[in-house]
Amino acid sequence: MSQKQYWKGLEELKDTAANREVVENEFKEDLPFDLGGKLLDATTPRRDFLKYLGFSTAAATLAASCEMPVRKAIPYAIKPEEITPGVANYYASSFADGGDYCAIVIKNRDGRPIKIEGNAKSSITQGGTSARVQASVLNLYDNARLRQPYAEGKEVTFEGIDRSVKAGLASANGETYILTSTIISPTTKDVIAKFIAKYPNAKHVVYDPISYSGMLLANEASYGTRALPSYHFDKAQTIVSLGADFLGTWLSPIEFAKQYSKGRKISAKNPVLSRHYQVEPTHTITGAKADMRATCRPSQMGRVAAALYQAVVNGTKANLGSDKLNETVNKAAADLKKGNGLVVCGVNDMDIQLIVNAINANIGANGTTINWAVKSNYKQGIDSDIVALTQAMNAGSVGALLMHGVNPVYDYFDGKKFADGLKKVAVTVSFADRMDETAQQCKYVVPDHHYLENWGDAEPKTGYYSLQQPGIAPLFKTRAFQDSLLTWADAGTTYGDLWKTYWMERLGGQSNFDKALQDGVIEPAGEMPMGGVAFAGNADGAMSVALSAKAAEGKELVVYQKVSIGYGGAWSNNPWLQEMPDPITKATWDNYLCVSPKTAKDWDEELTSITQVVNAKRVVKITAANGQTVELPIVVVPGMHNDVVAIAVGYGRDAKVGMAARSGKDKWGKDVGGKNAYPFVGFNGKTFSYSTPVTLEKTANTYEVAITQAHHSYEDRPIIHEYTLEEFKKDPQHLLNKRKTELEHYTHLPWEHEGGSHETGVAAVHTGEGGHAGADNWEDDFRKNGTLYPVHDAPGIHWGMSIDLNSCIGCGACVVGCQAENNVSVVGKTHVLKAQEMHWIRIDRYFSGMPEDPDSIQTVFQPMMCQHCDNAPCENVCPVSATNHSSEGLNQMAYNRCIGTKYCANNCPYKVRHFNWMDWNGADSFADNLYEDYRRDDMTSDLTRMVLNPDVTVRSRGVMEKCTFCVQRLQDAKLAAKKAGRPLADGEARTACQTACPTDAILFGNINDKSSAIYKLRREEQKERVNYVLESIHTLPNINYLSIIRNTDVIVAGDEKLDGIYNKHI
Amino acid sequence: MSESIKPLFRKIAHSTFAIIIAVFAFASTAYAQPDGKALFQSNCASCHNPIKDATGPALQGVSARVPSKEWLHNWVHNSGGLIAKGDPYANKVYKDWGMIPMTPFPNLTNEEIDAIIDYVEAYAPPAPPTAPTGGAAAEGAAKENTWLYTAITLILLVFTIILWRINHALRRVANEKEGITNQKDIPIYRNKVFIALAAILVFIGAGYWVVNGSVEMGRQQNYIPKQPIFYSHKVHAGINQINCLYCHAGAEKSKQAMIPSTNVCMNCHKQINEYTGEQLYNMEGEAVNGTEEIQKLYEYAGWNPEKKDYNRDANGSILAKPVEWVKIHNLPDHVYFNHSQHVAVGKVACQRCHGGIQEMDEVFQFSSLSMGWCINCHRETEVQFADNNYYSIFEKYHEEIKSGKRTGVTVEDIGGTECQKCHY
Repeated sequence: MSQKQYWKGLEELKDTAANREVVENEFKEDLPFDLGGKLLDATTPRRDFLKYLGFSTAAATLAASCEMPVRKAIPYAIKPEEITPGVANYYASSFADGGDYCAIVIKNRDGRPIKIEGNAKSSITQGGTSARVQASVLNLYDNARLRQPYAEGKEVTFEGIDRSVKAGLASANGETYILTSTIISPTTKDVIAKFIAKYPNAKHVVYDPISYSGMLLANEASYGTRALPSYHFDKAQTIVSLGADFLGTWLSPIEFAKQYSKGRKISAKNPVLSRHYQVEPTHTITGAKADMRATCRPSQMGRVAAALYQAVVNGTKANLGSDKLNETVNKAAADLKKGNGLVVCGVNDMDIQLIVNAINANIGANGTTINWAVKSNYKQGIDSDIVALTQAMNAGSVGALLMHGVNPVYDYFDGKKFADGLKKVAVTVSFADRMDETAQQCKYVVPDHHYLENWGDAEPKTGYYSLQQPGIAPLFKTRAFQDSLLTWADAGTTYGDLWKTYWMERLGGQSNFDKALQDGVIEPAGEMPMGGVAFAGNADGAMSVALSAKAAEGKELVVYQKVSIGYGGAWSNNPWLQEMPDPITKATWDNYLCVSPKTAKDWDEELTSITQVVNAKRVVKITAANGQTVELPIVVVPGMHNDVVAIAVGYGRDAKVGMAARSGKDKWGKDVGGKNAYPFVGFNGKTFSYSTPVTLEKTANTYEVAITQAHHSYEDRPIIHEYTLEEFKKDPQHLLNKRKTELEHYTHLPWEHEGGSHETGVAAVHTGEGGHAGADNWEDDFRKNGTLYPVHDAPGIHWGMSIDLNSCIGCGACVVGCQAENNVSVVGKTHVLKAQEMHWIRIDRYFSGMPEDPDSIQTVFQPMMCQHCDNAPCENVCPVSATNHSSEGLNQMAYNRCIGTKYCANNCPYKVRHFNWMDWNGADSFADNLYEDYRRDDMTSDLTRMVLNPDVTVRSRGVMEKCTFCVQRLQDAKLAAKKAGRPLADGEARTACQTACPTDAILFGNINDKSSAIYKLRREEQKERVNYVLESIHTLPNINYLSIIRNTDVIVAGDEKLDGIYNKHI
Repeated sequence: MSESIKPLFRKIAHSTFAIIIAVFAFASTAYAQPDGKALFQSNCASCHNPIKDATGPALQGVSARVPSKEWLHNWVHNSGGLIAKGDPYANKVYKDWGMIPMTPFPNLTNEEIDAIIDYVEAYAPPAPPTAPTGGAAAEGAAKENTWLYTAITLILLVFTIILWRINHALRRVANEKEGITNQKDIPIYRNKVFIALAAILVFIGAGYWVVNGSVEMGRQQNYIPKQPIFYSHKVHAGINQINCLYCHAGAEKSKQAMIPSTNVCMNCHKQINEYTGEQLYNMEGEAVNGTEEIQKLYEYAGWNPEKKDYNRDANGSILAKPVEWVKIHNLPDHVYFNHSQHVAVGKVACQRCHGGIQEMDEVFQFSSLSMGWCINCHRETEVQFADNNYYSIFEKYHEEIKSGKRTGVTVEDIGGTECQKCHY
């Protein structure tokens, strides 16, 4: 039960002396004065003091003597009717990035997009977003974006480039290719068809750097259609994932997270959970959520699939050489046979996917959890096509190559060969938005618009459409990729006209068109139709291939995508995403070699990298079978298979990709930016393979990796409550009673007689009579009687939030959403190393289990932000009352009152306050006082600052800040209600983290309103699962958490010896 | 005779009755007489001028021009109807004036239309304004008085010092005569008590100056900058009674009250191309030519007053450029202020913060816009507690009002003085 021990990292588990020191020194840096005890003996303390004093006096005088600048108020010359300055407009649109799809709403303030929200009207993403969708608005204001077209490295006009490209295409000696990533836009496909009609020898090749060819081919072999079905994780009782990170990076994570979370909502009244098995080589967020998880080598995945197939079909017990693996497969097979099962697999291999298809067909998943009536269009690339294209290029048979949305020189496994081939093509055109690795090798670069500047559409699933509406006119001299193709094809129309005609005709009339544009999505009415299909594949053949595959020896390398950066592309240059801690490793700004604790230990126990106390990590040389080598620091990740190491793609970018993305040496000669992992991808003749055997070699070097894991430690205090489903069903009141027992002493004043109301409370709780009058009083009594301080009154609204840890998947959408909404600063790697990151919401990730045994690791996520305590320790210690309490239960922070003593941060038990050590945003009154860090510095440019939310103060150096519960949104919602003369409706005020969340883990509302969802949740529906972090210290947080219920047999504890740490505190 | 008397009597009786009736009728019309000037200004002035052609024709002499009074009534109520019916004169007017139909005014009564016509017919352009009056002179006198008082104070001060020195010297002489030894004269700048006192005074004075200076830093009360166009709120909001929200439409909807874009100005100034009101003077006392200022607006708005059309570029877009007004009311960036909260919800009059804006030729910052000033108002002002249903959630206060414990709810009571109502 909750006696389980949770640890953020090995340093915490082992409680090393170094870790103690880190934990105790909340502010890692010493003050810049040398005052160490002996004031008078110190080196020039007096002079230093006078220097600082003198500077501040001089600065103050300077500031005071300055005259007020003359400010201008410049209205519109002719105001557009729909714009009211100071009021945000919202436009429905679509996010589509190489098949990654999300229905969105753009928030526009005074003509510029500043925030992306999910569009709840879409039945696919249902209002969910991901970190990348949230961060996409920052890419619009990316300094590295091209500002005009280029021909052979020179700036040219569109007219000039049109002439030369047309001439080139007309005289091209050989075939013409259009190479794109997956296109889900029907009108773009029309445009390509028009282009091909004009140039009949042109071919369209689709290439996805992270490929799903194995699935497409397997589906063709199994069902005769080269397509992907729709998955319904919400309808699945048993989910088995073989290496598919469907909550983080696999296929359509927003959609799947939304579906998945529906099966993970649980209450005492309805204690039903789906069961999730995960077999994976590395540690993904999907694995972290699994009820039962086992690890295997990537080369073993075929055998695991085959064993599962045999167990399902024949009932054969698995024999895979690992007990946990066997147990997982056997249990999964037993559960799958009960019906409503779903097996997904993330291996890009046709035979393994064929076996998975066979299993799904056998358990009757087709038509129940796998839907063939509505196909998914997310990925369409076939790997052999681009391999053939590369060969043709090198053979000199390609005359022209037009590339959109792809960057093969960087992300193709043999990028060098592709680059060589490019040189042999007469006409090479890139539509890249920046001078990326491929664009640099192209003759012509015709930058495409950002998606927020362009019209468009998407068909993520057959028959489910989504319109893309621009939020701003193009910032630079860019042109829609479709317009370029139409111009070159002499189509005599623009993409805008073609698009509008297409949709007007399809929708039949202006009013339908307007409605569709406003809704953003066009979907068939009613529930999504379901349909199965008969399996006609050769399962036995695939089985024999899978079983005959030789398991690799030694270490195997897995090339994976980070949840934040993904496949690379423009995301590599997004400072928000770069600084978002990886959900599992908690590392920022770099890629590295993930290894299991045992692997690290086997090398050398004294390696710095075992724990995260020391930032400098040992650099290892990785050599693959194909001769590729790379040197990267190691980061220890519990839960990795002991013979598996992993590197993320998206790093090691060229300098022209952007300041945040670039790798190599920085201004001060330090190595930055990680290394490219794509060269480790292999090609097996049919599909790309994202794992390969490697040899590792220790080097003498170290490299600093900025990991936030050891920051903001809870020092082993029990703050997470986790139960197995069985335990919860047996005694749902356990947590409630435990809280009650713990707090009982404080619910009454010492001189009051014991018993009375709270006794009846106990009885009520034990008998489960929730409605008993006394049942809830003990909480109120504790609130009132547990403190000497007066209790804050909330006469109108009392804001409260609930976070369901069972739903939270740790994806980080809230972290970036909060950053976009609240102008949260990006501090850069140097300062993350000093634990000075500014994120208002962080997701604490705790492991439990035995580090040496990756199969024993269970992982939980806990979003942590200001708890808005009603009896806040920070408020009492502020010498200037810069932080104080509002009558709505908000812990307020007045930046301009703050004098930066940091007492509040020291006294905050949740460690959620962040101090501005530098001027991160150029908000300082003094010029030339900007902080420079090389990779994050784009954040202070005028272009990038256009993303700032004008309703939120940009904090400057020297003040404390923290989560405000998005007070600007609360005020806005209240104002709307006041103007309408009605009380605030439940759900009208929503925080940024809440709207960003793809799993509805966050609920927010007014707990004074007895009809509100949050009131009902706390008092009725989820009262058994409600808990508050560090409740016993009487901080009275306004955020509650819901306990984790895992549908597993056992919650893994660490060994007993180590569990003792638990008793040391509190 | 009697017969002759009778008719005479009857005649007199008749005429008396007529007179009485007439007087009564006149009296009653005098009481209910629609104000032609006001009606003209609120309904017609945006397209018509009494004596000049604008969007519509000059109206003086209209009663003579049109076929009949009834025709005129019909025309004003629904000109489109007349044109559609094929009325020849209506169609002629329609054609002559660029086929732009006149806005129908079905709500105007016949009497009101007549009153407008009466006003227009009687209209005479205002006489050229007279020279400035004694205001400035009075101000000058006040200035002279100040000098006088200062001089007198200084002279008296000098007298005091001289008398004190004389007194001091005389006492010394007297002491010498009486044989009392005089204390050694310590010069005042070496007197310790004096030095201590002076130091304390300097410290307090400098402290007061520094603290006050810091507190006042960034505040601009009475700031009255020169604007690119001499725009008089007095003429617009005061004399011509234009509603504030007509131009500052954002005040009800947005955090910004919104300075109108030039196309809003042009709604009226397409017609009003000269200033005929009282002579305007700027802060320095120089005369301002209102008509020239309107020309400046045309420059910004891209309006060609000769062609009565906008200058346009090749795409047909109007060649307008925004007026770069000097911002008078500046709040620091860390303050969130929302006009609509105060105007639409709080029902606060503009003048409460902006002063008598309708009296200002040039706008100055009336309030200090300091935090103390904000807070004071939030402490004293009561919210629309009973009228706005939003406040129904404050059950405690409603009960207190019912039980008579409280008479109203101030902004402070509902949290209006908390930091994060304005700082976030």
